[in-house]
Amino acid sequence: MYDPTVARLTYRALLGRRRALILGALPLLLIAISLAVRGLAGADDQTAADVLGGLALATMVPIIGVIAGTGAIGPEIDDGSVVYLLSKPIKRPTIIYTKLIVAIAVTMVFSAVPTLIAGFILNGNGQQVAVAYTVAALVASIAYAALFLLLGTVSRHAVVFGLVYALVWEALFGSLVPGARTLSVQQWSLAVAQKVSGGELVTSDVGLTTATVLLVAVTVLATWYAGQKLRSLTLAGEE
Amino acid sequence: MTTLSIDHVSRWFGNVVAVNDVTMTIGPGVTGLLGPNGAGKSTLINMMAGFLAPSTGTVTLDGQQVWRNEAIYKHIGIVPEREAMYDFLTGREFVVANAELHGLGAKAAQKALATVEMEYAQDRKIATYSKGMRQRVKMASALVHQPSLLLLDEPFNGMDPRQRMQLMDLLRRMGDEGRTVLFSSHILEEVEQLAWHIEVVVAGRHAASGDFRRIRRLMTDRPHRYLVRSSDDRALAAALIADPSTSGIEVDQAEGALLIQAVDFGRFTALLPKVAKEHGIRLLTVSPSDESLESVFSYLVAA
Repeated sequence: MYDPTVARLTYRALLGRRRALILGALPLLLIAISLAVRGLAGADDQTAADVLGGLALATMVPIIGVIAGTGAIGPEIDDGSVVYLLSKPIKRPTIIYTKLIVAIAVTMVFSAVPTLIAGFILNGNGQQVAVAYTVAALVASIAYAALFLLLGTVSRHAVVFGLVYALVWEALFGSLVPGARTLSVQQWSLAVAQKVSGGELVTSDVGLTTATVLLVAVTVLATWYAGQKLRSLTLAGEE
Repeated sequence: MTTLSIDHVSRWFGNVVAVNDVTMTIGPGVTGLLGPNGAGKSTLINMMAGFLAPSTGTVTLDGQQVWRNEAIYKHIGIVPEREAMYDFLTGREFVVANAELHGLGAKAAQKALATVEMEYAQDRKIATYSKGMRQRVKMASALVHQPSLLLLDEPFNGMDPRQRMQLMDLLRRMGDEGRTVLFSSHILEEVEQLAWHIEVVVAGRHAASGDFRRIRRLMTDRPHRYLVRSSDDRALAAALIADPSTSGIEVDQAEGALLIQAVDFGRFTALLPKVAKEHGIRLLTVSPSDESLESVFSYLVAA
């Protein structure tokens, strides 16, 4: 199911270009802001939760997810170099599954790790806030990577759609329309984080069971469908 | 023995018919797929390579369906026309990756790189390669698993004459080894130099098929039109029309030239300078007026 060569090509494509700069810039920004907040306001659990919830989980994780998820396959399909993967006796779902693993790993490294660091800077993991949001970032990384990998497979405008979903749906729409939150990767991951922290600082609008079922369902379905789409991917000629 | 069969294949994109009811069989040896730009060659090759589903009809390799059949790529090597190819890798890394994707190792990759004579630049990044070098590395990546069918889309585009010769030699060798090699081109001379067998497509239709000499004859037997300017057009016209190789001459006053229709191409081209010399006429312009490839093709389609 996992092809190390496909993985190597994907890692190098993801981390070798300008994309790596963007991937690195956001975590650095989060850590810089955390340092500033800690320096100006001191250690405060609520502030730590606000920064990690509002900035790390609601903004940074989905954006990193968009970059890694769509970037794991979109550019190859766009420029046609995916032909070198498709002209091999490798099952298409294997290509998707491998790229998913890479996208998840990259999203986790560039979002969960800085979230943990930022959490420790902000309040030294008081009330388990840092760990809870890190778990949320890890869980969200999986679902985002799967969703955005699918988007990268089906659309040439995957980055735009991905950012619209991440920023408009998750951040804006979700905060205005309560029902929209049920269908939000962020809320699902918060439900898991809530269980971890056990406190009142990390809360979700969705129950843990619902959240887990939806997380698994979205990840599995998106991956399966991406594999199917890749099987029927049409490479148009240049004529 | 590998045979690629295209059976009543059509492909349309919306309202546009790119390939229209094409049936052909490609066997061992080198076959040229000839047609003007936009004739549907790439669409046809993409269907042969399993990258595009035919709207109707089937493409099979030794009886096996090509579309949605990953296992078929054990037998097919593909050299796409598009340039994009993991530019951040070195040539060697790229070919090794392609070998690994076939379940092979660095040894197979090295052999393929040697076949295309790219060992000298194998450790340079592909981004720094010239078009001809890219083409050769693409070729190596298509050869790593010793495929029995090799598909090449416009492989000579952008190559200099020496690289072109090298690639032609290589393809000829592959054909001699009994592999089935199909390449597309819009340049008649390329196809003529290399292919034993040609398939001509024009406007999505299969226009001709067979030995290139027969098709070439069809092309050369047709009347040729020339535009000629000389120091004495009327004297030249009178001398030429006496010969049976010329079927008609028109004096174009506006252009200040003769429009000559020749029926015997070989004889006419030998006659013209001879007649001019005998009559002390200087030839100022001799240009074939309908030699563009499109007119050759349209003539073929009508034949």
